[in-house]
Amino acid sequence: MPELLQYLLSGVTVGAVYALVALGFTLIYNASDVVNFAQGEFVMLGGMITFFAWQAGVPLPLAALLAILAAAAIGVLLNKLAIEPARGAPVASLIIITIGASIFLRGGAQLVFDKQLHRFPSFSGDDPLRVFGATILPQSLWVIAGAVAIFLALWLFFARTLTGKAVLATANNRIAASLVGINPNHMMTLSFAVSAAIGALAGVLVTPITLTSYDLGVAMALKGFAAAMLGGMGVPAGALVGGLLLGLIEALTAGYVSSVYKDAVAFVLILAILFIRPQGLFGRGTMDRV
Amino acid sequence: MLSVEGLRSRYGRIEVLHGVDLEVGSGEIVTVVGANGAGKTTLLRCISGVQPASGGAIIFRGEALKAIPAHRRVGLGLAQSPEGRLIFTSLTVEENLRLGAYLYADERVERDMEDAFAMFPILREKRNLPAGGLSGGQQQMLAIGRALMARPACLLLDEPSMGLAPILVAQIFDVVRNLKSLGVTVLLVEQNAYAALRIADRGYVMETGRIGLCGPAEELIADPRIREAYLGI
Repeated sequence: MPELLQYLLSGVTVGAVYALVALGFTLIYNASDVVNFAQGEFVMLGGMITFFAWQAGVPLPLAALLAILAAAAIGVLLNKLAIEPARGAPVASLIIITIGASIFLRGGAQLVFDKQLHRFPSFSGDDPLRVFGATILPQSLWVIAGAVAIFLALWLFFARTLTGKAVLATANNRIAASLVGINPNHMMTLSFAVSAAIGALAGVLVTPITLTSYDLGVAMALKGFAAAMLGGMGVPAGALVGGLLLGLIEALTAGYVSSVYKDAVAFVLILAILFIRPQGLFGRGTMDRV
Repeated sequence: MLSVEGLRSRYGRIEVLHGVDLEVGSGEIVTVVGANGAGKTTLLRCISGVQPASGGAIIFRGEALKAIPAHRRVGLGLAQSPEGRLIFTSLTVEENLRLGAYLYADERVERDMEDAFAMFPILREKRNLPAGGLSGGQQQMLAIGRALMARPACLLLDEPSMGLAPILVAQIFDVVRNLKSLGVTVLLVEQNAYAALRIADRGYVMETGRIGLCGPAEELIADPRIREAYLGI
């Protein structure tokens, strides 16, 4: 049944993109308990900046690097100009600020760039690879490898490095973090920069397959958020599995039912899973003693 | 080592410290006792920097702390075990202790952690468990252990006995008394005036944002006014 394999392969590809967006959510959420709804805009910026730099004559790898660095800088600015001044506000207010920031970034991209769909060449050509009767694009392998690499890096960061623990500590208790010598603002800046870079990387990897345009961010943020919730917000493994699962559900629904219903089936399944496990598949139940 | 001069602080428009003067000498255990709401915790929060002072000065080892943010005061040798413990509940016991030494990455971190486990053996048993699952007394031990990991010259201890069973209170006060022999200066804020004065060198009595009485701890314990108002004897 080559069609099943085909659906699985395309599901994993799309899922890897969702996983990358979800991993970006994970980092900022771990540093601040804030869900950054501007995360999807970083995916858009990654693709758009790469395209326009490449069109201006910059070699593609350099253009991609430029886009990732630019997105990281915009992430830092977002934190410094919008989140940090509102320090002390409830988390819900900060989340609304990120929604405002995403609208602003989308509008800015529309002005600075344009409203067209854009694409740049795949990294390793466009000849599909044959796998047991199904096909996969070489670019898909890049996307999957990117998601796995970022997952491993983030997992190591949180599990093994003192800075990673400091990020978690800052989210857990800001005052206690500063009492042990952690500068909470540095941790926030760091997580916004890295998170934006991860989002931009997703944009760079996926644009040759799905194309990019200024309004790509909304759908990306929504799907990435759904993936992160499904896997368990704040857990890197959850983001990876949640993303892949969401991609697979969508691809299988599109293949066997109808592509019209792929979003609906995916969200209904997510609701069902969260109904049974509100903390997500890998989420830690919160345990606090007072 | 630490001197507080005319310290004022407010929450919004309400001033809660109306000019507090206090002195802690090197190697001393000094306690600030007083009723709930007297401003003891606010005083410690001002010293560690998580609460802004609106007037007066805090001098630590000759340096005015006013313009120094909380996260940089730790490196100067000032560590706080805060009210309500504020441990990192989602991290393990060991991670909490390691973060106490966030500013350090040398081999002494390992030794200090062994010392903390020797001081509070229960923490060694639970080192890989999430700190949020510890009992109140164990969380208090962890908060003190974490503050000690920062290698403080002066330890600020806020209400270590709050909500604990008497046997645990005794254990924690023993540890505080032993810190003195390790050369750590302690500023201890306590509602449990009797227990605090028994291990302290000197004491201050705080009343609604001001220092009422001060003197050597044994004199304060013997003072009839204190015995009546705070010791219930």
